[in-house]
Amino acid sequence: MLETLILVVAISVIVFGVIGYSLSLVRMPEQATRRWGTVMGIAALALLVLGFFLGLVWAPPERIMGDVYRIMYIHFPSWAGTGAGYLIAFLASVFYLKSRNMNYDYVALAAAEIGLLFNVTGLITGAFWGRPTWGVYWTWDPRLTTTAIMAITFGGYLVLRAFMDDPESRARAASLVAIVGFVNVPIVYFSVRWWRTLHQVQSSPQTVDSPIVWALRTMMIAFVLLFVFMLTRRYLLARIRGEEEMEAVRLEVAG
Amino acid sequence: MSDVRRALALIGKDLTTERRSKAAFNAMAFFAAMVLFIFSFALGPDAPGMVTAGQTLLQYLWPGLLWVAIFFTGILALGRSFQVELDSGGLEALRLYPGDKKAIYAGKLVANLILLSAMELLLIPVSAVLYNIDLWDKIPALLGVTLLGSVGFAAVGTFYAALTANLRAREVMLPVLLFPILVPVVVAAVKATTLIVRGDPMAEMWTWLRILGLIDVVLLTVCTLTFEFAIED
Repeated sequence: MLETLILVVAISVIVFGVIGYSLSLVRMPEQATRRWGTVMGIAALALLVLGFFLGLVWAPPERIMGDVYRIMYIHFPSWAGTGAGYLIAFLASVFYLKSRNMNYDYVALAAAEIGLLFNVTGLITGAFWGRPTWGVYWTWDPRLTTTAIMAITFGGYLVLRAFMDDPESRARAASLVAIVGFVNVPIVYFSVRWWRTLHQVQSSPQTVDSPIVWALRTMMIAFVLLFVFMLTRRYLLARIRGEEEMEAVRLEVAG
Repeated sequence: MSDVRRALALIGKDLTTERRSKAAFNAMAFFAAMVLFIFSFALGPDAPGMVTAGQTLLQYLWPGLLWVAIFFTGILALGRSFQVELDSGGLEALRLYPGDKKAIYAGKLVANLILLSAMELLLIPVSAVLYNIDLWDKIPALLGVTLLGSVGFAAVGTFYAALTANLRAREVMLPVLLFPILVPVVVAAVKATTLIVRGDPMAEMWTWLRILGLIDVVLLTVCTLTFEFAIED
Protein backbone atom coordinates (compact mmCIF):
# COMPACT_ATOMS: atom_id res chain seq x y z
CA MET A 1 0.00 0.00 0.00
CA LEU A 2 2.72 2.45 0.99
CA GLU A 3 4.80 1.39 -1.98
CA THR A 4 1.93 2.12 -4.36
CA LEU A 5 1.50 5.55 -2.79
CA ILE A 6 5.20 6.34 -3.14
CA LEU A 7 5.08 5.17 -6.76
CA VAL A 8 2.06 7.36 -7.53
CA VAL A 9 3.65 10.40 -5.90
CA ALA A 10 6.96 9.81 -7.70
CA ILE A 11 5.28 9.43 -11.09
CA SER A 12 3.15 12.55 -10.49
CA VAL A 13 6.22 14.57 -9.55
CA ILE A 14 8.02 13.40 -12.70
CA VAL A 15 5.04 14.04 -14.99
CA PHE A 16 4.23 17.49 -13.66
CA GLY A 17 7.91 18.32 -13.44
CA VAL A 18 8.49 17.50 -17.11
CA ILE A 19 5.37 19.39 -18.22
CA GLY A 20 6.24 22.40 -16.05
CA TYR A 21 9.83 22.46 -17.29
CA SER A 22 8.84 22.19 -20.95
CA LEU A 23 6.33 25.01 -20.73
CA SER A 24 8.75 27.16 -18.73
CA LEU A 25 11.23 26.97 -21.63
CA VAL A 26 9.03 29.56 -23.30
CA ARG A 27 10.12 32.27 -20.88
CA MET A 28 13.72 31.14 -20.44
CA PRO A 29 16.57 33.24 -21.88
CA GLU A 30 18.94 31.47 -24.24
CA GLN A 31 21.84 31.05 -21.83
CA ALA A 32 19.65 29.50 -19.17
CA THR A 33 18.15 27.13 -21.74
CA ARG A 34 21.59 25.99 -22.84
CA ARG A 35 22.64 25.40 -19.27
CA TRP A 36 19.55 23.39 -18.41
CA GLY A 37 20.10 21.34 -21.53
CA THR A 38 23.65 20.49 -20.52
CA VAL A 39 22.58 19.56 -17.02
CA MET A 40 19.82 17.30 -18.34
CA GLY A 41 22.20 15.77 -20.85
CA ILE A 42 24.75 14.85 -18.23
CA ALA A 43 22.08 13.45 -15.92
CA ALA A 44 20.57 11.48 -18.82
CA LEU A 45 23.95 10.05 -19.82
CA ALA A 46 24.74 9.03 -16.26
CA LEU A 47 21.42 7.29 -15.77
CA LEU A 48 21.54 5.66 -19.20
CA VAL A 49 24.93 4.15 -18.42
CA LEU A 50 23.65 2.94 -15.06
CA GLY A 51 20.43 1.68 -16.58
CA PHE A 52 22.16 -0.22 -19.36
CA PHE A 53 24.48 -1.83 -16.84
CA LEU A 54 21.60 -2.82 -14.59
CA GLY A 55 19.46 -4.01 -17.45
CA LEU A 56 21.98 -5.81 -19.60
CA VAL A 57 24.45 -7.13 -17.02
CA TRP A 58 23.05 -7.05 -13.50
CA ALA A 59 19.45 -8.20 -13.95
CA PRO A 60 19.02 -11.96 -14.29
CA PRO A 61 17.65 -13.62 -17.44
CA GLU A 62 13.90 -14.04 -17.48
CA ARG A 63 12.35 -17.42 -16.71
CA ILE A 64 10.63 -17.96 -20.03
CA MET A 65 12.26 -15.61 -22.49
CA GLY A 66 15.87 -15.86 -21.40
CA ASP A 67 17.91 -12.89 -22.55
CA VAL A 68 15.54 -11.80 -25.34
CA TYR A 69 13.40 -9.91 -22.82
CA ARG A 70 16.19 -7.36 -22.29
CA ILE A 71 14.96 -5.34 -25.27
CA MET A 72 12.18 -4.35 -22.86
CA TYR A 73 14.63 -1.97 -21.21
CA ILE A 74 14.48 0.16 -24.35
CA HIS A 75 10.95 -0.74 -25.46
CA PHE A 76 8.98 0.25 -22.33
CA PRO A 77 10.83 3.52 -21.63
CA SER A 78 10.27 4.58 -25.25
CA TRP A 79 6.58 4.91 -24.47
CA ALA A 80 7.37 7.30 -21.63
CA GLY A 81 9.17 9.50 -24.14
CA THR A 82 6.33 9.12 -26.65
CA GLY A 83 3.62 10.04 -24.16
CA ALA A 84 5.62 12.96 -22.81
CA GLY A 85 6.29 14.25 -26.31
CA TYR A 86 2.73 14.14 -27.55
CA LEU A 87 1.25 15.45 -24.30
CA ILE A 88 3.62 18.43 -24.29
CA ALA A 89 2.94 19.03 -28.00
CA PHE A 90 -0.79 19.10 -27.18
CA LEU A 91 -0.40 21.47 -24.23
CA ALA A 92 2.03 23.76 -26.04
CA SER A 93 -0.37 23.89 -29.01
CA VAL A 94 -3.26 24.92 -26.77
CA PHE A 95 -1.10 27.61 -25.15
CA TYR A 96 0.02 28.82 -28.58
CA LEU A 97 -3.55 29.32 -29.79
CA LYS A 98 -4.38 31.27 -26.65
CA SER A 99 -1.26 33.44 -26.41
CA ARG A 100 0.13 33.46 -29.99
CA ASN A 101 3.61 33.34 -28.46
CA MET A 102 5.79 31.65 -31.11
CA ASN A 103 7.96 30.06 -28.41
CA TYR A 104 5.04 27.72 -27.66
CA ASP A 105 5.05 26.65 -31.29
CA TYR A 106 8.75 25.85 -31.04
CA VAL A 107 8.11 23.73 -27.94
CA ALA A 108 5.26 21.92 -29.72
CA LEU A 109 7.42 21.19 -32.75
CA ALA A 110 10.32 19.93 -30.65
CA ALA A 111 8.05 17.79 -28.48
CA ALA A 112 6.18 16.28 -31.44
CA GLU A 113 9.38 15.48 -33.30
CA ILE A 114 11.06 13.82 -30.34
CA GLY A 115 7.85 12.08 -29.37
CA LEU A 116 7.70 10.64 -32.88
CA LEU A 117 11.31 9.49 -32.58
CA PHE A 118 10.53 7.59 -29.37
CA ASN A 119 7.30 6.31 -30.91
CA VAL A 120 9.10 4.75 -33.88
CA THR A 121 11.77 3.36 -31.55
CA GLY A 122 9.06 1.70 -29.50
CA LEU A 123 7.38 0.24 -32.57
CA ILE A 124 10.63 -1.15 -34.00
CA THR A 125 11.89 -2.59 -30.70
CA GLY A 126 8.44 -4.03 -30.18
CA ALA A 127 8.57 -5.77 -33.54
CA PHE A 128 12.00 -7.19 -32.73
CA TRP A 129 10.73 -8.43 -29.38
CA GLY A 130 7.55 -9.84 -30.85
CA ARG A 131 9.17 -12.01 -33.49
CA PRO A 132 10.98 -14.45 -31.18
CA THR A 133 8.39 -14.33 -28.41
CA TRP A 134 5.01 -14.14 -30.17
CA GLY A 135 6.15 -15.46 -33.53
CA VAL A 136 4.98 -12.37 -35.40
CA TYR A 137 6.44 -8.90 -36.00
CA TRP A 138 3.03 -7.27 -35.77
CA THR A 139 -0.46 -7.86 -34.48
CA TRP A 140 -3.50 -5.59 -34.59
CA ASP A 141 -4.14 -5.51 -30.87
CA PRO A 142 -5.29 -2.20 -29.26
CA ARG A 143 -1.90 -1.06 -27.99
CA LEU A 144 0.04 -1.66 -31.21
CA THR A 145 -2.72 -0.21 -33.36
CA THR A 146 -3.00 2.91 -31.21
CA THR A 147 0.75 3.54 -31.21
CA ALA A 148 0.87 3.11 -34.98
CA ILE A 149 -1.98 5.61 -35.40
CA MET A 150 -0.14 8.03 -33.08
CA ALA A 151 2.94 7.77 -35.29
CA ILE A 152 0.87 8.43 -38.43
CA THR A 153 -0.90 11.37 -36.78
CA PHE A 154 2.23 13.15 -35.68
CA GLY A 155 4.04 12.20 -38.86
CA GLY A 156 1.22 14.07 -40.57
CA TYR A 157 1.87 16.99 -38.20
CA LEU A 158 5.46 17.22 -39.41
CA VAL A 159 4.47 16.80 -43.09
CA LEU A 160 1.93 19.62 -42.74
CA ARG A 161 4.58 21.90 -41.29
CA ALA A 162 6.87 21.09 -44.21
CA PHE A 163 4.22 22.29 -46.66
CA MET A 164 3.61 25.66 -45.01
CA ASP A 165 5.93 28.64 -45.28
CA ASP A 166 4.25 31.42 -43.33
CA PRO A 167 5.35 30.96 -39.70
CA GLU A 168 2.12 32.09 -38.05
CA SER A 169 -0.23 30.13 -40.33
CA ARG A 170 1.99 27.10 -39.91
CA ALA A 171 1.97 27.38 -36.13
CA ARG A 172 -1.80 27.80 -36.08
CA ALA A 173 -2.53 24.89 -38.43
CA ALA A 174 -0.01 22.58 -36.77
CA SER A 175 -1.45 23.39 -33.35
CA LEU A 176 -4.90 22.28 -34.50
CA VAL A 177 -3.51 19.02 -35.89
CA ALA A 178 -1.70 18.33 -32.60
CA ILE A 179 -4.80 19.08 -30.54
CA VAL A 180 -7.26 17.00 -32.58
CA GLY A 181 -4.66 14.25 -33.02
CA PHE A 182 -3.95 13.99 -29.31
CA VAL A 183 -7.64 13.96 -28.34
CA ASN A 184 -8.08 11.17 -30.87
CA VAL A 185 -5.59 8.83 -29.14
CA PRO A 186 -7.82 7.54 -26.32
CA ILE A 187 -10.76 7.29 -28.75
CA VAL A 188 -8.71 5.08 -31.05
CA TYR A 189 -7.50 2.94 -28.14
CA PHE A 190 -10.98 2.27 -26.77
CA SER A 191 -12.67 1.69 -30.11
CA VAL A 192 -10.00 -0.81 -31.21
CA ARG A 193 -10.18 -2.49 -27.80
CA TRP A 194 -13.95 -2.98 -28.01
CA TRP A 195 -13.57 -4.12 -31.58
CA ARG A 196 -11.06 -6.81 -30.64
CA THR A 197 -12.56 -8.11 -27.39
CA LEU A 198 -13.53 -11.35 -29.07
CA HIS A 199 -9.88 -12.07 -29.71
CA GLN A 200 -7.17 -12.83 -27.21
CA VAL A 201 -5.43 -9.64 -26.15
CA GLN A 202 -1.71 -10.15 -25.65
CA SER A 203 -0.65 -9.65 -22.06
CA SER A 204 2.63 -8.09 -21.07
CA PRO A 205 5.14 -10.26 -19.22
CA GLN A 206 4.94 -10.22 -15.44
CA THR A 207 7.97 -8.53 -13.99
CA VAL A 208 7.61 -9.48 -10.37
CA ASP A 209 11.35 -9.99 -9.96
CA SER A 210 12.91 -7.12 -7.99
CA PRO A 211 16.16 -6.60 -9.93
CA ILE A 212 14.23 -6.41 -13.19
CA VAL A 213 11.81 -3.84 -11.76
CA TRP A 214 14.64 -1.65 -10.52
CA ALA A 215 16.55 -1.85 -13.79
CA LEU A 216 13.37 -0.93 -15.63
CA ARG A 217 12.64 2.02 -13.34
CA THR A 218 16.19 3.30 -13.83
CA MET A 219 15.81 3.09 -17.61
CA MET A 220 12.42 4.82 -17.44
CA ILE A 221 13.91 7.78 -15.58
CA ALA A 222 16.94 7.75 -17.89
CA PHE A 223 14.68 7.96 -20.94
CA VAL A 224 12.62 10.76 -19.40
CA LEU A 225 15.84 12.71 -18.78
CA LEU A 226 16.96 11.90 -22.34
CA PHE A 227 13.63 13.22 -23.61
CA VAL A 228 14.01 16.44 -21.63
CA PHE A 229 17.59 16.90 -22.85
CA MET A 230 16.62 16.35 -26.50
CA LEU A 231 13.57 18.60 -26.10
CA THR A 232 15.69 21.44 -24.74
CA ARG A 233 18.22 21.22 -27.56
CA ARG A 234 15.59 20.82 -30.28
CA TYR A 235 13.55 23.70 -28.82
CA LEU A 236 16.60 25.96 -28.85
CA LEU A 237 17.32 25.03 -32.46
CA ALA A 238 13.71 25.65 -33.45
CA ARG A 239 13.73 28.99 -31.68
CA ILE A 240 16.94 30.17 -33.33
CA ARG A 241 15.70 29.10 -36.76
CA GLY A 242 12.27 30.55 -36.09
CA GLU A 243 13.63 33.93 -35.04
CA GLU A 244 15.81 34.05 -38.17
CA GLU A 245 12.77 33.24 -40.27
CA MET A 246 10.68 35.94 -38.63
CA GLU A 247 13.52 38.41 -39.17
CA ALA A 248 13.66 37.47 -42.87
CA VAL A 249 9.89 37.91 -43.18
CA ARG A 250 10.08 41.30 -41.47
CA LEU A 251 12.88 42.46 -43.79
CA GLU A 252 10.91 41.29 -46.82
CA VAL A 253 7.84 43.19 -45.72
CA ALA A 254 9.83 46.33 -44.88
CA GLY A 255 12.07 46.31 -47.95
CA MET B 1 -28.26 38.14 -39.18
CA SER B 2 -28.41 35.50 -36.51
CA ASP B 3 -26.03 32.59 -36.50
CA VAL B 4 -28.66 30.04 -37.43
CA ARG B 5 -29.83 32.09 -40.39
CA ARG B 6 -26.24 32.53 -41.52
CA ALA B 7 -25.68 28.78 -41.36
CA LEU B 8 -28.90 28.11 -43.27
CA ALA B 9 -27.96 30.68 -45.89
CA LEU B 10 -24.60 28.94 -46.34
CA ILE B 11 -26.29 25.56 -46.72
CA GLY B 12 -28.70 27.02 -49.26
CA LYS B 13 -25.87 28.57 -51.24
CA ASP B 14 -23.79 25.39 -51.33
CA LEU B 15 -26.70 23.17 -52.30
CA THR B 16 -27.87 25.58 -55.00
CA THR B 17 -24.36 25.78 -56.45
CA GLU B 18 -24.11 22.02 -56.38
CA ARG B 19 -27.54 21.52 -57.93
CA ARG B 20 -26.65 23.79 -60.82
CA SER B 21 -23.20 22.47 -61.61
CA LYS B 22 -23.44 18.95 -60.20
CA ALA B 23 -19.64 18.96 -60.38
CA ALA B 24 -18.95 17.34 -57.02
CA PHE B 25 -21.79 14.87 -57.28
CA ASN B 26 -20.80 13.69 -60.74
CA ALA B 27 -17.19 13.33 -59.73
CA MET B 28 -18.23 11.33 -56.68
CA ALA B 29 -20.63 9.13 -58.62
CA PHE B 30 -17.99 8.20 -61.18
CA PHE B 31 -15.34 7.65 -58.52
CA ALA B 32 -17.68 5.47 -56.46
CA ALA B 33 -18.61 3.37 -59.48
CA MET B 34 -14.92 2.94 -60.29
CA VAL B 35 -14.16 1.86 -56.72
CA LEU B 36 -16.97 -0.71 -56.76
CA PHE B 37 -15.75 -2.13 -60.04
CA ILE B 38 -12.14 -2.25 -58.91
CA PHE B 39 -13.10 -4.22 -55.80
CA SER B 40 -14.83 -6.74 -57.99
CA PHE B 41 -11.81 -7.06 -60.29
CA ALA B 42 -9.35 -7.18 -57.41
CA LEU B 43 -11.18 -9.74 -55.29
CA GLY B 44 -12.90 -11.74 -58.00
CA PRO B 45 -16.71 -11.62 -58.24
CA ASP B 46 -17.12 -15.34 -57.73
CA ALA B 47 -14.35 -15.98 -55.22
CA PRO B 48 -15.90 -17.88 -52.32
CA GLY B 49 -16.09 -16.24 -48.92
CA MET B 50 -14.10 -18.02 -46.29
CA VAL B 51 -16.41 -18.11 -43.32
CA THR B 52 -19.96 -18.78 -44.50
CA ALA B 53 -20.69 -21.30 -47.22
CA GLY B 54 -22.51 -20.13 -50.31
CA GLN B 55 -21.28 -16.56 -49.98
CA THR B 56 -18.77 -14.83 -52.22
CA LEU B 57 -15.80 -12.89 -50.87
CA LEU B 58 -17.35 -9.64 -52.07
CA GLN B 59 -20.53 -10.32 -50.15
CA TYR B 60 -18.59 -11.24 -47.05
CA LEU B 61 -16.45 -8.12 -47.20
CA TRP B 62 -19.21 -5.78 -48.33
CA PRO B 63 -19.54 -3.77 -45.07
CA GLY B 64 -15.83 -2.92 -45.08
CA LEU B 65 -15.76 -2.25 -48.83
CA LEU B 66 -18.78 0.02 -48.54
CA TRP B 67 -17.11 2.23 -45.95
CA VAL B 68 -13.82 2.30 -47.88
CA ALA B 69 -15.79 3.49 -50.91
CA ILE B 70 -17.67 6.09 -48.83
CA PHE B 71 -14.49 7.51 -47.32
CA PHE B 72 -12.48 7.73 -50.52
CA THR B 73 -15.39 9.19 -52.45
CA GLY B 74 -16.37 11.56 -49.66
CA ILE B 75 -12.90 13.10 -49.55
CA LEU B 76 -13.59 14.51 -53.01
CA ALA B 77 -16.65 16.42 -51.78
CA LEU B 78 -14.98 17.55 -48.59
CA GLY B 79 -11.91 18.90 -50.35
CA ARG B 80 -14.12 20.75 -52.78
CA SER B 81 -16.34 22.39 -50.18
CA PHE B 82 -13.73 24.99 -49.28
CA GLN B 83 -12.01 24.92 -52.64
CA VAL B 84 -14.98 26.61 -54.31
CA GLU B 85 -14.81 29.39 -51.71
CA LEU B 86 -11.11 29.89 -52.26
CA ASP B 87 -11.43 30.10 -56.05
CA SER B 88 -14.13 32.76 -56.03
CA GLY B 89 -12.82 34.80 -53.09
CA GLY B 90 -15.67 33.66 -50.93
CA LEU B 91 -13.38 32.49 -48.14
CA GLU B 92 -12.21 36.06 -47.42
CA ALA B 93 -15.83 37.20 -47.32
CA LEU B 94 -16.77 34.44 -44.91
CA ARG B 95 -13.90 35.38 -42.61
CA LEU B 96 -14.92 39.04 -42.61
CA TYR B 97 -18.58 38.51 -41.72
CA PRO B 98 -19.27 39.42 -38.09
CA GLY B 99 -20.52 36.81 -35.69
CA ASP B 100 -19.53 33.36 -34.61
CA LYS B 101 -17.43 31.30 -37.01
CA LYS B 102 -19.27 28.26 -35.71
CA ALA B 103 -22.13 29.20 -38.04
CA ILE B 104 -19.80 28.70 -41.00
CA TYR B 105 -18.73 25.34 -39.63
CA ALA B 106 -22.34 24.26 -39.06
CA GLY B 107 -23.39 25.39 -42.51
CA LYS B 108 -20.52 23.69 -44.33
CA LEU B 109 -20.93 20.57 -42.21
CA VAL B 110 -24.63 20.15 -43.02
CA ALA B 111 -24.09 20.90 -46.70
CA ASN B 112 -21.33 18.28 -46.86
CA LEU B 113 -23.48 15.82 -44.94
CA ILE B 114 -26.35 16.25 -47.41
CA LEU B 115 -24.00 15.72 -50.33
CA LEU B 116 -22.47 12.64 -48.69
CA SER B 117 -25.90 11.21 -47.93
CA ALA B 118 -26.99 11.68 -51.54
CA MET B 119 -23.91 9.78 -52.65
CA GLU B 120 -24.50 7.02 -50.09
CA LEU B 121 -28.16 6.65 -51.11
CA LEU B 122 -26.83 5.79 -54.54
CA LEU B 123 -23.82 3.77 -53.43
CA ILE B 124 -25.59 1.32 -51.14
CA PRO B 125 -28.24 0.03 -53.61
CA VAL B 126 -25.79 0.00 -56.54
CA SER B 127 -23.22 -2.00 -54.61
CA ALA B 128 -25.94 -4.35 -53.35
CA VAL B 129 -26.98 -4.96 -56.96
CA LEU B 130 -23.43 -5.37 -58.27
CA TYR B 131 -22.42 -7.78 -55.52
CA ASN B 132 -25.79 -9.53 -55.31
CA ILE B 133 -26.63 -8.78 -51.68
CA ASP B 134 -30.17 -8.84 -50.30
CA LEU B 135 -30.70 -5.65 -48.27
CA TRP B 136 -34.43 -4.92 -48.52
CA ASP B 137 -35.47 -5.56 -44.93
CA LYS B 138 -32.29 -4.03 -43.53
CA ILE B 139 -32.56 -0.62 -45.21
CA PRO B 140 -33.79 1.43 -42.18
CA ALA B 141 -31.05 0.10 -39.90
CA LEU B 142 -28.44 0.59 -42.62
CA LEU B 143 -29.52 4.17 -43.20
CA GLY B 144 -29.23 4.89 -39.49
CA VAL B 145 -25.70 3.51 -39.22
CA THR B 146 -24.65 5.24 -42.44
CA LEU B 147 -25.94 8.57 -41.15
CA LEU B 148 -24.12 8.22 -37.82
CA GLY B 149 -20.88 7.30 -39.56
CA SER B 150 -21.27 10.11 -42.09
CA VAL B 151 -21.79 12.68 -39.33
CA GLY B 152 -18.43 11.77 -37.79
CA PHE B 153 -16.79 11.74 -41.22
CA ALA B 154 -18.27 15.09 -42.23
CA ALA B 155 -17.40 16.67 -38.86
CA VAL B 156 -13.65 16.07 -39.04
CA GLY B 157 -13.63 16.24 -42.82
CA THR B 158 -15.11 19.75 -42.93
CA PHE B 159 -12.71 20.86 -40.19
CA TYR B 160 -9.61 19.58 -41.98
CA ALA B 161 -10.87 20.79 -45.36
CA ALA B 162 -10.98 24.32 -43.93
CA LEU B 163 -7.52 23.85 -42.46
CA THR B 164 -5.93 22.62 -45.69
CA ALA B 165 -7.87 24.90 -48.06
CA ASN B 166 -4.94 27.29 -48.48
CA LEU B 167 -2.22 24.71 -48.95
CA ARG B 168 -0.41 23.90 -52.16
CA ALA B 169 -0.60 20.18 -51.41
CA ARG B 170 -4.16 20.09 -50.09
CA GLU B 171 -5.14 17.00 -52.07
CA VAL B 172 -2.45 15.03 -50.31
CA MET B 173 -2.71 16.65 -46.89
CA LEU B 174 -6.46 16.21 -46.45
CA PRO B 175 -6.36 12.37 -46.57
CA VAL B 176 -3.09 12.22 -44.61
CA LEU B 177 -4.48 14.28 -41.76
CA LEU B 178 -8.00 12.87 -41.91
CA PHE B 179 -7.52 9.12 -41.91
CA PRO B 180 -5.92 8.63 -38.47
CA ILE B 181 -8.83 10.57 -36.95
CA LEU B 182 -11.33 8.47 -38.89
CA VAL B 183 -10.04 5.14 -37.55
CA PRO B 184 -12.54 4.93 -34.66
CA VAL B 185 -15.38 5.92 -37.01
CA VAL B 186 -14.35 3.23 -39.51
CA VAL B 187 -14.05 0.56 -36.82
CA ALA B 188 -17.43 1.32 -35.29
CA ALA B 189 -19.31 1.91 -38.55
CA VAL B 190 -18.01 -1.25 -40.25
CA LYS B 191 -18.71 -3.30 -37.14
CA ALA B 192 -22.27 -1.99 -36.91
CA THR B 193 -22.89 -2.51 -40.65
CA THR B 194 -21.54 -6.07 -40.41
CA LEU B 195 -23.91 -6.81 -37.53
CA ILE B 196 -26.85 -5.54 -39.56
CA VAL B 197 -26.01 -7.55 -42.64
CA ARG B 198 -24.88 -10.78 -41.01
CA GLY B 199 -27.15 -10.98 -38.02
CA ASP B 200 -26.52 -10.03 -34.42
CA PRO B 201 -26.44 -13.15 -32.23
CA MET B 202 -25.19 -11.37 -29.11
CA ALA B 203 -27.28 -8.18 -29.47
CA GLU B 204 -24.19 -5.97 -29.74
CA MET B 205 -25.79 -3.57 -32.22
CA TRP B 206 -26.98 -0.93 -29.77
CA THR B 207 -23.61 -0.89 -28.00
CA TRP B 208 -21.88 -0.13 -31.27
CA LEU B 209 -24.40 2.54 -32.20
CA ARG B 210 -23.83 4.18 -28.84
CA ILE B 211 -20.04 3.99 -29.34
CA LEU B 212 -20.40 5.55 -32.79
CA GLY B 213 -22.68 8.24 -31.38
CA LEU B 214 -20.20 9.01 -28.61
CA ILE B 215 -17.33 9.27 -31.09
CA ASP B 216 -19.44 11.67 -33.17
CA VAL B 217 -20.19 13.84 -30.13
CA VAL B 218 -16.53 14.06 -29.12
CA LEU B 219 -15.34 14.87 -32.66
CA LEU B 220 -18.10 17.44 -33.18
CA THR B 221 -17.26 19.11 -29.87
CA VAL B 222 -13.52 19.38 -30.49
CA CYS B 223 -13.97 20.57 -34.07
CA THR B 224 -16.67 23.12 -33.21
CA LEU B 225 -14.59 24.60 -30.42
CA THR B 226 -11.48 25.01 -32.57
CA PHE B 227 -13.01 25.79 -35.98
CA GLU B 228 -12.49 29.55 -35.66
CA PHE B 229 -8.74 28.87 -35.65
CA ALA B 230 -8.99 26.52 -38.62
CA ILE B 231 -10.57 29.08 -40.92
CA GLU B 232 -8.18 31.90 -40.00
CA ASP B 233 -5.74 33.06 -42.59
